[in-house]
Amino acid sequence: MSGTYLGMPAFPEAARQALGDDTLRANLRHATHTIRDKRARAVAELDDWAELREAGKQIKDHTLQHLDIYLLQLEEAVTAAGGTVHWAADAAQANRIVTDLVKATGETEVVKVKSMATQEIELNEHLAAEGITAYETDLAELIVQLGDDRPSHILVPAIHRNRSEIRDIFRDRMGIWGRPAPEGLTDEPAELAEAARLHLREKFLRAKVGISGANFMVAETGTLVVVESEGNGRMCLTLPDTLISVVGIEKVVPTWRDLEVFLQTLPRSSTAERMNPYTSMWTGTADGDGPQNFHLVLLDNGRTDTLADEVGRQALRCIRCSACLNVCPVYERAGGHAYGSVYPGPIGAILTPQLRGTTSEVDASLPYASSLCGACYEVCPVAIDIPEVLVHLRERVVDQGGHQLERAAMSAAAWAFDHPAVLAAGQRMASRTRRLHPSRLPGPGRAWSDSRDLPPVPDMPFRDWWQRQQGEKGDAQ
Amino acid sequence: MSDRQQVLDRIRQALGSRPDGEANPVHPVSRTYAHQHGDRTPAETTALLVQTLEEYKATVHRTIPARAAELVARLVAERESAYVIVPPGLPDDLLKLVGCSIERESADLTARRLDTFGSVITGCALAIAETGTIVLDAEPDQGSRKLTLVPDHHICIVYEQQIVGSVPQAVARLSPTRPMTWISGPSASSDIELNRVEGVHGPRHLDVLVVATT
Ligand code: SF4
Repeated sequence: MSGTYLGMPAFPEAARQALGDDTLRANLRHATHTIRDKRARAVAELDDWAELREAGKQIKDHTLQHLDIYLLQLEEAVTAAGGTVHWAADAAQANRIVTDLVKATGETEVVKVKSMATQEIELNEHLAAEGITAYETDLAELIVQLGDDRPSHILVPAIHRNRSEIRDIFRDRMGIWGRPAPEGLTDEPAELAEAARLHLREKFLRAKVGISGANFMVAETGTLVVVESEGNGRMCLTLPDTLISVVGIEKVVPTWRDLEVFLQTLPRSSTAERMNPYTSMWTGTADGDGPQNFHLVLLDNGRTDTLADEVGRQALRCIRCSACLNVCPVYERAGGHAYGSVYPGPIGAILTPQLRGTTSEVDASLPYASSLCGACYEVCPVAIDIPEVLVHLRERVVDQGGHQLERAAMSAAAWAFDHPAVLAAGQRMASRTRRLHPSRLPGPGRAWSDSRDLPPVPDMPFRDWWQRQQGEKGDAQ
Repeated sequence: MSDRQQVLDRIRQALGSRPDGEANPVHPVSRTYAHQHGDRTPAETTALLVQTLEEYKATVHRTIPARAAELVARLVAERESAYVIVPPGLPDDLLKLVGCSIERESADLTARRLDTFGSVITGCALAIAETGTIVLDAEPDQGSRKLTLVPDHHICIVYEQQIVGSVPQAVARLSPTRPMTWISGPSASSDIELNRVEGVHGPRHLDVLVVATT
């Protein structure tokens, strides 16, 4: 994974800054609580949620166990269907491949559909350096791009902006990037959406190159799947002549049938919908339908390092639904930016240090940015035991030593324990993960925990608490 | 070493030694989840589809084959579309009462030209009752994927026998290698303070005709 955001402070410092930002906190709180409650209802509709969750976990684990075989099968299927497959060991190589492909078309602009993989490799910045402008087309990404900002949430990246801030950004900045905002634009969400529709339509209609990620890739058929809401994905995937999809190697699933699991769990767990408005599926190229040139860039960039860790590899099951963010007391108070990568929240705390290693202060501090309450595990649709991986990564940070890193890690732990609300939520929820709680913080935290016993973990089962909080029963089993 | 070889080597190294005979791994997933949620008669399945479609802000019209053409014409007129685009294989019968100019999709239809049409009328591959989803798979009565994307108004015709109950039932019926669009309500975004706004880039109006089997 490429760079930490420049000037990124370690978690506790960034979290302290976020806590001082009232707009950010209020927006985040509203967002996480709203989505969380809706999600619980969407999940409760399915009485086989536990079985779907287990099947999703098994499919992903099986795939990871045979990842080389399924990637080769995928490559063969995509190639047979008229696509071209490229492999990128790291971000630099992926950026080089994409840049060369765009240059070969002679184009200097591309339209993009929101993709975490391309954010992870900082593709837009690399394209810009090569004289290629990448237009983000997701409404939230547009807000972030026009505002010269960083996304703060996987699903709703502009959730830290309220409507009047968005109106100002549109009014001041749309004209610089293309069609200006309509005169007299108000801060009504429908008007803001209309402004975005007009601004982007012009770009879609003339676009020759589209860039995307993918939610799933089916090895047996070579089919790629993109799940979205607004239709900007469909625009990018069907109108240009050339489509380049940059996808992490862990996104492959063995069979077409496997999608029946994830197409039920992902929308409900993510946007709390029975089904998201639009899902696009394509296999290589098709005569007279969609791009006639299709390139798939398979991205490693630290994923094989993650795979090598038997405890940590479960992070690769993640389907990026963002449910874990919305239940996390630390995320709610610290905000997405504090995590210092494109992957915020609990999943970011276990994925980023594995993709990037734990050699920088922010990355070493991430495994400590948690009260180990276990709410993230309970909601995860592929049953990633995030607390287990956090504890495991703490050991790794401890083992590698280094004074700077120890300090960063320790102050992250202290941050979590110093915030009564985070801690209270943690205490109430933590009984399930009791076995994972060290009575003392390892290594870096030792100095701190020596002087103070860690708070005891009460017995009340997490689920009881959870259901009471939800005001209804039947959330993720 | 190529990046391809490097990635494959790293994966094999990460996974260590695996038992023999895994070149074609069996895929042992416990599929104990439901094939469908609840038992329903065909009539109940249709009713459920209508409900789920409406919950996601599609406008649903129930009709019979003999009345479908009339309804199509009325919906086009209500939207005041001057130009209507249809896929090459949509039956003429459905269009015979439409009062404005109708064009069939041809291979050279550009996106910019498509943007001048007010309405698009298509069939579908199937519809999923539990989730309120219409699946298009680019057969001749549906046209290419962009056809149902650029115009602001989509009229989709669903015959009752095309309705399945659940996502697993849909997946079993579909052919994965066809270009596909799964549509659940009109385009939407909740990116601004989580307020759902219908219609960002896709059609802002989705009319679904559910045609009874007679
Ligand atoms: S870790 Fe689980 S809950 Fe979090 S984003 Fe990934 S799949 Fe969703």
